[in-house]
Parts: sequence; structure tokens; C-alpha cells
Amino acid sequence: MKLHKLLLTALFGAVALSLPLTAPPALAQAKEQFFPVLVYRTGAYATNGSQWANGYVDYLKLVNAKGGINGVKISFEECETAYATDRGVECYERLKGKNGGGTVFQPLSTGITFALTEKAPVDKIPLITAGYGRSESQNGAIFTWNFPLLGTYWVGADVAIQHIAKKEGGVVKLKGKKIALVYHDSPYGKEPIPILQELGKTYGFDVQLLPVAHPGVEQKATWLQIRQQKPDYVLLWGWGVMNSTALREAQATGYPRDRMMGIWWAGAEPDVKDVAEGAKGYSALTLQHGAEPNSKVVKDVLELVYAKGQGTGPKDEVGQVLYMRGLLSAMLGVEGVRKAQERYGKGKVMTGEQVRWGLENLNLDQKTLDAMGFAGVMRPVQTSCLDHMGSSWVRVHTWNGSKWEFTSDWYQADEKVIRPIVMLASSKYADEKKIKARTPEECKK
Amino acid sequence: MLYRENGQFKTSYAADQQIFPIAQDRWAILAIVAFAFVGVPLLVDEYLFRAILIPFLILALAALGVNILVGFCGQITLGAGAFMAVGAYAAYNFHIRIEDLPLLMSLLLGGLTSAVVGIFFGIPSLRVRGLYLAVATLAAQFFTDWVFLRVPWFTDNAASGSVSVSNLRIMGWQIDTPVSKYLFCLAFLTIFALLAKNMTRCAIGRQWMAIRDMDVAAEVIGIRPLFAKLSAFAVSSFFVGTAGALWGFIHLASWEPAAFSVDRSFQLLFMVIIGGLGSIMGSFFGAAFIVILPIALNQFLPALGGLFGVSISTAGVSHAELITFGALIIFFLIKEPHGIARLWSTGKEKLRLWPFPH
Amino acid sequence: MGFFLETLIGGLMAGMLYSLVALGFVLIFKASGVFNFAQGAMVLFAALAMARFSAWIPEWLGIDSRFLANTVAFLVSAALMFVVAWLIERLVLRYLVNQEGATLLMATLGIAYVLEGVGTSIFGSDIYKIDVGMPKDPVMILEGTFEGGLLINKEDLVAALVAAILVGLLALFFQKTTTGRALRAVADDHQAAQSIGIPLNRIWVIVWCVAGVVALVAGVIWGSKLGVQFSLVTVALRGLPVVILGGLTSIPGAIIGGLIIGVGEKLSEVYLGPMIGGGIEIWFAYQLALLFLLFRPQGLFGEKIIDRV
Repeated sequence: MKLHKLLLTALFGAVALSLPLTAPPALAQAKEQFFPVLVYRTGAYATNGSQWANGYVDYLKLVNAKGGINGVKISFEECETAYATDRGVECYERLKGKNGGGTVFQPLSTGITFALTEKAPVDKIPLITAGYGRSESQNGAIFTWNFPLLGTYWVGADVAIQHIAKKEGGVVKLKGKKIALVYHDSPYGKEPIPILQELGKTYGFDVQLLPVAHPGVEQKATWLQIRQQKPDYVLLWGWGVMNSTALREAQATGYPRDRMMGIWWAGAEPDVKDVAEGAKGYSALTLQHGAEPNSKVVKDVLELVYAKGQGTGPKDEVGQVLYMRGLLSAMLGVEGVRKAQERYGKGKVMTGEQVRWGLENLNLDQKTLDAMGFAGVMRPVQTSCLDHMGSSWVRVHTWNGSKWEFTSDWYQADEKVIRPIVMLASSKYADEKKIKARTPEECKK
Repeated sequence: MLYRENGQFKTSYAADQQIFPIAQDRWAILAIVAFAFVGVPLLVDEYLFRAILIPFLILALAALGVNILVGFCGQITLGAGAFMAVGAYAAYNFHIRIEDLPLLMSLLLGGLTSAVVGIFFGIPSLRVRGLYLAVATLAAQFFTDWVFLRVPWFTDNAASGSVSVSNLRIMGWQIDTPVSKYLFCLAFLTIFALLAKNMTRCAIGRQWMAIRDMDVAAEVIGIRPLFAKLSAFAVSSFFVGTAGALWGFIHLASWEPAAFSVDRSFQLLFMVIIGGLGSIMGSFFGAAFIVILPIALNQFLPALGGLFGVSISTAGVSHAELITFGALIIFFLIKEPHGIARLWSTGKEKLRLWPFPH
Repeated sequence: MGFFLETLIGGLMAGMLYSLVALGFVLIFKASGVFNFAQGAMVLFAALAMARFSAWIPEWLGIDSRFLANTVAFLVSAALMFVVAWLIERLVLRYLVNQEGATLLMATLGIAYVLEGVGTSIFGSDIYKIDVGMPKDPVMILEGTFEGGLLINKEDLVAALVAAILVGLLALFFQKTTTGRALRAVADDHQAAQSIGIPLNRIWVIVWCVAGVVALVAGVIWGSKLGVQFSLVTVALRGLPVVILGGLTSIPGAIIGGLIIGVGEKLSEVYLGPMIGGGIEIWFAYQLALLFLLFRPQGLFGEKIIDRV
């Protein structure tokens, strides 16, 4: 009937309208490496999402300003996910085949990562989830297309306990302590639980779980419980407004901020800046970098991108924590392409499969990093076919009331703790999906 | 002209009572269904399948379910997302816990579980009505959100609480390409739509409508509100639950409770109200409108800006999308509070007389 | 015992804040029969306006005093909310008179989208600060009676006080002024009110203005507590169980309902939560409201629904 006709006309109409319109700008030709950019600049997590997105896009612009990847220019397109899984999937579908195919996806959402993990192997596009996503996906033998580079939540949990142990004066002192985990009630927040419970058993401390419902603006009851139980430390596994609310409630219930520790997603300027003095003494893990306004790469961005009026975000946010995270994430993707070019031909556009090889053989030593302007921002990272995480260097930084300052040495996650759980979880996944793990021989191809 | 019914005489009750009494309708719908099954897979590319057609089909199915409850039985619900979640997680548990259970069975059992839960959460409707009920159904929404986050059994003890399925096959047919997924969902939708249409035409549908129009009067003429209301909840939840199972299994393949949040419930209610309350067709219109509009706006607005030489940032586009979406909804509600289905039937009336109106 | 009292007090304070949001729902429903889902968006919009104006105005006018800047910002934001109210009536509600409840509800959801979009594109989607000088640090009382003392949050105390004053003012407005009486007349019977010469359209504008101001106050308080950002829209969802528990048409109901919900959900989260995994307060509030509804389908103080065939 007409209904269906109308519907289909509407559908095709919408498509016909959108097809020519979404065609890339005239610049984009097959000679460009296309970077799809999934971002969220609206919705409940916009504040944090935009900073990351600005950093990501600015780095791509910087690479272009410096002449591209061995001469190959980068094209990119943003797509708004609003941190919602179904919109993220739509964006992925929209961008994956565009302009010669997406190079690498970085969804900045654990939920979207879970959904794309099922799709990436089919489309042969690698997924970089630097500092988030599925923790067990560091096992490259099974998660062939996932790259949780630099660190996973399990690394974060392990290092947080290491840091606390150090503050207390050794792991033996952890015995009988109470550690509360205040977490975002979603896959993201739940990731660290198995590691914490495992460590709790080993060292004899008590783990108390306190979930906070999305988006995390109502935490009064949570902090009343903390006040009652008086845990020795509080780990904060929040995102967006949940972090600042937690700090405000901690202030309101008088919980000492210097006994609170956040994951690297709970340790950026938007989380603390409007609590300001109230958050003084609060520390958070860092994914290697903190706020790096003085690093060379930031100066490059300011000089080559912002000075020409091409900056994506406000200039005063350049170099802040989440901005740097976006910058670093983009850099890892670009370096994956560069590495792939070494093998498959310099100055050529790489396919998703080739980029995956590049990411699996990433070897950024300190010299390379220094040359790119990342001196002091991050440490070397080397991946392999079986290890998709690379290195897991973590520092701790503390909010002094007006800015973040590093307050610890470098930590590294304890392989003895992480590895068994990674193997266990990933082989469970492989069983479910009937995936055969790659052998070292297959990796050599 | 196009729509002349002259000469179509009904000579039997069966002919008079068929779903599409007018020959043109009948042929058109057959042609369209045939086109959807045969033509679309040949013409359409992968993006359209995955990003628009599959979500549209599944959400249309869910909207059908919501329309049965809201449009036909008059019980406003804001908890449809909850029943989608129940359907998805129940189907998941059947799928992984019972060896060799056919996929179809898992999905339908998911729907049935959702129907049972629906009956339970429908009980307040016997006491509470109208907007009070609408808000009360939110209780179901938040409760299921919590249950699937908190009870590890439902998610097979996954550390993160996210579940995933793969290697879906039905009678040896692997459902992994976009076309096969599309056809699978389309088959579901076609059968369920027929089911819904017939259900609303028979005794039970009439009971629902009687309850909707005036429940006290309906009771007086011997309709049991308990049965009518709870059956509407059950049928509606069955549809919605099956849609939820499809959404999880076919569309997302990996999901968490956030996929069925309260926003999804609002979205479904939008579909039936924009599409047309108490109209099977309306559910399709509404689903198409709500699925396609944001995506179309999202792609259309930057281009529109481009025409005027303004490049709009992603944030700007999303804000504009939000504003346009809201404004269009208000516009539609003002222009046609009875939904797109009403527009369509008005159009049909006009077409009967065209090109020579009175 | 001390801890129980603390939780109880915390619940009461939270309840006062819920009441503030619930009040917005009730006002509009009472006068125009619209279940206003845009209340959350109005809170966000008002809070954003307040936060941004209080930062911009000192720059524009060169005012140094924070108090003065806040006052001016409050007035400007209130004026803005009046404009919003007028536009909503002029562009939307006027055309939807006599539509079904569900249609109106959807229309307000449409309004919510527009307000969210316009608000964030004018004022930005970063996190902003409203600093009205609320005290942040806790105080301890009765340290002699209980071990460790009772913790009272000064900020909550101030907020509860403001809420109480607002409710008092609204009650006065409704009981004593001519406009208030007109509003009540419209709430009782649209047609009768119209027939004695009360202009319906103007009444609706007024009631939306009042709801706008309530949203502004709620926005200032919540905003100064949480920081002003997008998630403020979700406070509307916390206000819903309050209104159905208290009754959609009752102002005292919104207050009492708020207190019951506030206390109920905090006590449940603290005492019941740890047993079953925590994070239960949001659905618990709804279940609690539902439980009350089973006994009184029109809410605690709602008008009795009488069916006639």
C-alpha cells in the first residue's frame, strides 16, 4: 500500500539526499589515508569527550601540516556517537567504507568497543582502545583486531593497588585494609573488579563495591556508606560528571581526598576544575602522560595548527590531560600506518589489514618518540602479534588545587597477576565464539 | 482515479472482512512485500542495511508491540525498553544454556519470557491509570536495568556485564551477511505484523479497544478488564521482547543494559505517537520517521551548511539535529496529533476522488 | 543510631531537592493538564543561563561584587525563562489545547530536545560553575550524644531552606493573590474559569513562567551542588516518582512525596543495598511510589478520580 511506498520513497529520498551530500570534500582522493573519528561532543559526557576529540583531530591536522605520513595526507571525518552504542554502530557503518575505507577506529567508549569487537574482524579494520575497552583483548592471539595500547583497566587496578601498597609501606601492610571501589555501573566500571578481588585475596585486603548509576549525579547514599564503613582508600572508576560529583560528595562527607585515587579517566581537568580547592590532594593514575602543556608536540600543534587558525578546540585547553590522551591515541594510529608503510610500500595508502600488521609490529623507542615531540610525555611502546597492549607504564598525578602534578615514579603492571586472568578471560571468549587462537607461526606471515 | 473502487463488489462475508478490502491495496502491498524481499537485497548497499534498514525493521516490530498496548488498549507505557532488555537477555540465556536449541526457539522463548514479565509489571494497570501508570511503568525500566547489571547469572558471569553472541545459524543457514540479517528480520516483521493485524481485528482486539475507549463501560458490557489489560501487556511484551532479542542478536551482536535504557522506551513511545496510535501502519511510519530522521539530519545539515559556505562543527551539527528533531516532532503533533497514519488515510480519501473532487 | 539519623537527615535533604523539581511538574500539570517532561531540560537551560551570565556579566559590566553579579545573572536568567515560557505557550501549547495526555507529553519531550539543543549551543556543553557562596565543608553536631557526631551538610541545609522558602512563597502566591486564585480556578475547571473571564492563554504563560522560575531555583541549587552540565536533565527522572507519589495536582504532595522518596531511597540504598549489590536507589524510589499507588491510585494528595460512564 501507499504506506510502504511512502516509506520507501522517504527512505530512498533520504538516502539519495544524503549520498551526494556526504561525499567527501573535493580534496579527498584515493591518495589519502582516511581516519574515521568517532566522538561525542554532546550528551552527558560531552565535556570529557570533546577534549579528547579535539586532541585527536588536532594531531591528524598536525601530521598533515608536517607533510603527512611519508607524503600520504590524512583525511578524516567526525561522527557523533553521544556515547550511545547504537549510534556508535551507525557511525561505524557509515564511515568504515568511506574514502577508500577507514584506517582504524577509536570509539572512546567501552560499550561501543564491545559492539565493534564483533564487527571489526568481519570488516578487517583494527580497533585501537588506548586505555579502555576489553581488558582481555590484550591477547592478540584471540583478539586479532583489538589493540588496547598502553594500558587496560586491569593494569590500572593493579597499579592502583601497587601505589597504595607503596604509600602504606609495602604489600604486607595491606592486610586487613579496606578499599572501596566507587564505580560507574556499566561494563567500563566493572572491568577492574576481578583484578581487585584477586589482589584482595592475595594480600588480604577487603574490597567493597559501590556502584553508581549512570550518569552519576546522585551519590549521597554511596558516600554515606563510605562514611559509615570508613574504608582506608577509595578507588574512583568514574567518567564525566560522576567524577566531580564524587569529589564534591567526598568533601561534603569529609572523606580525605588524599585517600582517593582515580583511574586515568577520572583524572583530568574537567573532573576537578570546578571543585578546585575541594579536590586538593586527590590523585589519579595517568596513562603515561598527564597535562603536558610544555611538551614539544603541543608547541608544534600550537605553532602549525592553531597559529594558522585551524585549531579544533579552544586554545587554552591544548595540552590538558584528555586532550593529550586524544593526541596520543591519534599518534598511535598514525604510527601504525607508518609502520605498515615500511613493509607494504612507503607513500602508499594502507588498508585496514596492513595497518593491523603495523600496529602489531609497533616499535616506538625513546629516540623516535623524542623526535616526534613526545619526550617526557610517554615511554617506549613495543607490541607484538600476541601482545596487543605493548607496555603498561603508569604514573600517578595529584591535583594541587589548580593543576595536576606528578607525584610518583613509573609503575608497571605485574604480569604475574594480569597474565593468567587475561588468558582465562580470552580463552573463554574464544570458546564462546569458536575462535582458534593464532599460533606464533601464523603471526610471522 | 488512481484509487477507484468502482466495480469491486463484496459477495461474501469473507471478502468483506479481508484485511485489504480494496484490490489496489492488496496488490500494492503484495508488490511492496515482494520488493522488500527480492528487490531491496539487490539494490541496497551494506551501509543502508546495517545502519538503517535492520534497525528500522527491528524497531518497527517493537513499535508494533508498543502500539498494541498504548494504541489499542490505551495503557501508556514508558517501560518498553525494559521488555526489550528482558527479551534480549532471556534469549541469550536460552541460547547459551541449552545446547543445540534452534536460534528461532531462543528468540521466541525470549519473547515469551518477556510476556510473562510483562504480565507481572502489568498488574498495577488494574489499579492505576493514565499518566500515573506511565510513570509506574518506569519502575519496570529501572528495575530491569539494575537486574541485568547486577545479577551475574543473567550475563553468564561476564566480568564486564556485557554479553555477545555469534555464529548464528538457522537450519544450516548462516546469518552473518547484512542481506541475510535483513531478510531474517523482515521475515519476522512480516509474520508478526500479520499476527498483530489479525489480533486487533478479532475478539481480543475489540476487547482492548473497548477498554481503551472507556474501561468502566467495557466492564459493564461484560469485558473482564483483568484479562483484557493483562493480555494486552502480554502480547505487547511478547512483540517487544522478540524485537529486543533481535536487536541484541542480529543488530548489535554484543550488548549491555544501556542498549535498552529509558531513552529507548521514550523512542518507542515516540514512534507510536508520531506514527499513529491504534494503527498497525502507523507503527511502520513512526519507526521510519524516528530511525531515519536523526541520521538524515546528521548527514544533511553539514551539507546544508556547506551550501552557504559555513562549516558546522560536529557539536553544532548534533545540537542542530536535536533542535530540528524536537521542532519537527512538535510540528507533527500540532499538524496531525493523530499521527502520520491519519495523514495517510486522509491522503487516501483524497486520492479516491482525484482528479475530480466535489 | 547516629548513622541512621545521618542517613535520615541526608534523605530529607535530598528529598527537599527532589521536591523542587517535582514542584515544577505539579504547577504545570495543575494549571494546564500537561505532564511536562521538559522540566529537566528547563532546569538545565536555566542553570546554564545562570552559570554563564554570572561569568559574563562581570566582564561586560565590570562588576566586582560576586553577590551583585549573581543577582543580576539571576534576574537575567529569570527574564530568559519568561521568554521561554512565552514562546512555549505561543508556539506549542496554544495549538494543542484539548489533545490527549500522551500527545501533550510527547510535545513536551519535543520541547525538551529543543531546549537542550538551544541551551547547549548558546551556552556551551562544558562543565560550568555556579558559585553563590554555598558552604561546602561539613559540620558536626551533637558530638557528645553520638560517637563521632552527626554530620550535617551545610550546603544541603541551605538548599532545603531555600526550597522551603520557595514553597512558602508559592503557597502565598496561590492563596492570596488574584492571579493565584485565577490559576486555581483554571486548575479546577478550564471552561468555568474561562466563562467568568479568566484569559486561559495568559494564565498558561504565567504558570509556565512560575515553573520556569522554580526550574531556575532548582537549577541554581543543583548546579551549585553538582556543577552545571548536561546530566542535570536527568534530575527530572528523580522527580517523577515524587510527583506520582504525592499526587500530580498537589503542591503539598510534592513536598511530602519528596521527603518520603528521599528518605526511602537513601535508607534502602544504605541498609538494603549492600545485601543485594547496591545501586538500587533509583528503582527503589519508583517501586516505593508504585506501592503507594496500589493503595491510593491518585497519589497521596491527588484529587480523587471519579469515573462516570
